Amino acid sequence: MRAAVITFPGSNCDRDMAVAIEQVSGTAPIRVWHGDAELPDGLDFIALPGGFSYGDYLRSGAMAANSPIMRSVVAAAERGVPVLGVCNGFQVLTEAGLLPGALMRNAGQTFICRTVPLTVENGESLFTRGYGSGATIRIPVAHHDGNFFADAETLDRLEGEGRVAFRYGEAVNGSQRDIAGVLNEAGNVLGMMPHPERAIEDAQGGSDGRAMFESIFANLAVA
Amino acid sequence: MKVRIHVSLKPGVLDPQGRAVHHALDGLGFTGVEDVRIGRLIELEVADTTSDEALADMCEKLLANTVIENYRIEKVAA
Repeated sequence: MRAAVITFPGSNCDRDMAVAIEQVSGTAPIRVWHGDAELPDGLDFIALPGGFSYGDYLRSGAMAANSPIMRSVVAAAERGVPVLGVCNGFQVLTEAGLLPGALMRNAGQTFICRTVPLTVENGESLFTRGYGSGATIRIPVAHHDGNFFADAETLDRLEGEGRVAFRYGEAVNGSQRDIAGVLNEAGNVLGMMPHPERAIEDAQGGSDGRAMFESIFANLAVA
Repeated sequence: MKVRIHVSLKPGVLDPQGRAVHHALDGLGFTGVEDVRIGRLIELEVADTTSDEALADMCEKLLANTVIENYRIEKVAA
């Protein structure tokens, strides 16, 4: 299993993501710097971590979406390589056009840092099949710009195509239809604001994030 | 040539920041403010030969997020 974690200037969850991948898969991921022109060959999985890439200049994720490595990430995603973007990684994926919508300032204007309930809306995806549809899990959020926005037509399409992966189980940040995570059309790109990599073992206060990584790597094993 | 790019939230997109500022204006006693929307002004200094297409391209690709924002390009007389 060859995984990569991309680090942008200002990423701060890249190490947590790498630890989660190694703990669950047994193999340490390759760490890739944003200025690298190309991804390593033969990747099975790419993770874009949380943080505040480029200091959130212009818009959260906007600068990172245009960094050299992202051309290579977009190409890999289009070839079907699974890509997970968490928090700032989700913002980068929307800014790069790999996922629809945009992440705006939280409706309450404040930074939100707490563990929230999520409903697994689509438990069939390669990221979520370890949960099953309808499961409730608890995963930490930590963000200022997590308020998911898309126009009504896009939201209807996402819901109709089973592309809402997760929904908040309570009001969190003002997201349209309480959407916490969305899939791309092909189902191999997931962006989510909550941090599954912060919920891998009980010492972190919960381990509900572990099944996501198990789902991803189990899928790779049978592929 | 100086160019100003005015970036504003599309109508219908909620602006929590604008709403908070609206509330603060109310608190200061300014009555009659019906709405507050917050945008962004980006000033560019570009070669005089820069085409309108290139400016629009800059807005589409980076300066504005057209999912949520509109932009207006204003060329400022030197």
